[in-house]
Amino acid sequence: MGKTLFEKIWESHVVVEKQNEPDLIYIDRHLVHEVTSPQAFDGLRMNNRKVRRPDLTIATMDHNVPTTDRSLPMLDQTSSIQIKTLENNCKDFGIKLFDIDSPNQGIVHVIGPQLGITLPGSTIVCGDSHTSTHGAFGALALGIGTSEVEHVLASQTLWLEKPKTFEVRVEGKRTNTHAVTAKDIILSIIKNIGTAGGTGTVIEYRGEGISDLSMDQRMTICNMSIEGGARAGLIAPDEKTFDYLRNREYTPKNYESLVDSWRDDLKTDSDATFDKQFILDINDITPQVSWGTNPGMTCDVDEPIPSPDEFSNGDPNQKKGAEKALEYMDLKPGTMIEDIKIDRVFIGSCTNARLEDLIEASKIIQGQKVASNVSAMVVPGSQMVKKQAEQMGLDKIFTDANFEWREAGCSMCLGMNPDILSPGERCASTSNRNFEGRQGNGGRTHLVSPVMAAAAAIHGHFVDVRKLDLN
Amino acid sequence: MKPFENVKSIVTPLDMVNVDTDQIIPKQFLKLVQKSGFGKFLFFNWRYDENKNIKSDFILNDSKYSDSKILVAGDNFGCGSSREHAVWALDDYGFSVIISSSFADIFFSNCFKNGILPISLDSKIVEKLLKETNSVEVDLKNQIIKTSFDDIHFEINSHKKKILLDGLDDIAQTFQFEGEICQFEEKSTVPSVL
Repeated sequence: MGKTLFEKIWESHVVVEKQNEPDLIYIDRHLVHEVTSPQAFDGLRMNNRKVRRPDLTIATMDHNVPTTDRSLPMLDQTSSIQIKTLENNCKDFGIKLFDIDSPNQGIVHVIGPQLGITLPGSTIVCGDSHTSTHGAFGALALGIGTSEVEHVLASQTLWLEKPKTFEVRVEGKRTNTHAVTAKDIILSIIKNIGTAGGTGTVIEYRGEGISDLSMDQRMTICNMSIEGGARAGLIAPDEKTFDYLRNREYTPKNYESLVDSWRDDLKTDSDATFDKQFILDINDITPQVSWGTNPGMTCDVDEPIPSPDEFSNGDPNQKKGAEKALEYMDLKPGTMIEDIKIDRVFIGSCTNARLEDLIEASKIIQGQKVASNVSAMVVPGSQMVKKQAEQMGLDKIFTDANFEWREAGCSMCLGMNPDILSPGERCASTSNRNFEGRQGNGGRTHLVSPVMAAAAAIHGHFVDVRKLDLN
Repeated sequence: MKPFENVKSIVTPLDMVNVDTDQIIPKQFLKLVQKSGFGKFLFFNWRYDENKNIKSDFILNDSKYSDSKILVAGDNFGCGSSREHAVWALDDYGFSVIISSSFADIFFSNCFKNGILPISLDSKIVEKLLKETNSVEVDLKNQIIKTSFDDIHFEINSHKKKILLDGLDDIAQTFQFEGEICQFEEKSTVPSVL
């Protein structure tokens, strides 16, 4: 019987296989950031251990870096200590670091692919759940905890139980590709499978609706696999993938011969079977807006907010969850999405802060102004994205419209730096999580695409971007 | 890691589904560079209001449960961020067993690295446990939870069970396979980054 792409990558990385026990899996790339690594390096020191493969490890600082002028001293002392700690750890253990002043600094899941560090068929880990992003290149990319970070630093391996396989097939063609985006596809998938729908599985996204997407868009899809509960998300590499990674700063010297082998090997066999399957037809898909406190609580832009009864389909626990979410979000069932007013707009995060996201958002706001009741910001995913955008003049379009144009980092996606919502503020955000307090204690997050966020900034409330002239 | 021992206490019923790690330990506490002392920040935004006053309606603030070592919660516990700080906070607060109808994968894995036992049970049994007011005993060796209404058997992978019971250091175990790792590296075709 044939094998899935995931099974092929897994089997080619098994170092030790034992009956009824986890496999020891080799890790090809380890990405490190300031928040989930200090305790791992401490563990190495306490046990007098070294980093086994510094040449397969890279680090950057992204979670709590300020996105304002970096020539000024950092006001937050604890963040400053954490950043300094990463610098010291990288120096002590011989790890390549893209520090706060590096032109390569940025969100770790944005810079990995941009630098050609992410490779098809490889195993990639990082102490961050959105590591799944790299799956867009046909890599098996897993988010791990700090103990596992320490384990990989010490041994370049991990004991892992083999996940199940989950085929998510995206069929059809979007009628308006500027208005209906990869973000809407993945939110729609999560809305359907639920936030635990992918637990214990690696999703492979397949079908015309996926192969049509650009690499930036594919990363948005794989990035949110974890919001569907999956261990990782994968997309088989094709010519778009190989073109993207060609001639990057760290693209391997023998790249073309690697591409030749990837072209043959890295695909699911036609007779392979998956443990689970979900099919999404995107012919009629609309822009999506989350209304609750997890990414599964999402509806179409032209729908009213569902009642807890409608949402829960008779499950009393889900109903209770929806009631709590509506109370937190200060929303009533039946309210039309377009009638929801917003206070803040955040265009950023490892989900949606790549060049294409910024280009699409800039088309919406060109020549317009942010509504007077809204404050809006753009935080590019990396300093490279920022520079490219500035070369195209996008920064000018955003600032002319009264958006703030910031330095790269995770920023208000999780609010570990000063970029946070105040209690009660409502935000249209291109990030990945609408959990209670995620963007600031008491803040209310609606997950949307970059074009939906940009349109909401201009109008002061959500609007169906399909109604706007985007061409 | 300390070996896991049997636990006997009343259960703290957290009757909610999809409890994410942002709730278990909010982001402002992830800036610390050590593993200890996170217990006081556990469920911080649910335990305290904006002025740091105790919210009396939150279950952890009920003194009845202050010595509880067993947390029972609804489906998909620990979803979201990979932050191991969530497990450090639960551990430091005093919980050593978490019972739910299902767990998010990364959280589940993080528990075993810190001597915490996550037990996955049928949702009907979780419902019953959420209402249990008597003390219950969790016996890992025999895979049984003794309650006032029944002795409940639970499943656990034999490898994970051994890790907890022996308090094994994962990395020391892995170093026994140094030869295999070297062999793998010799045939690996994935180039270095640098």
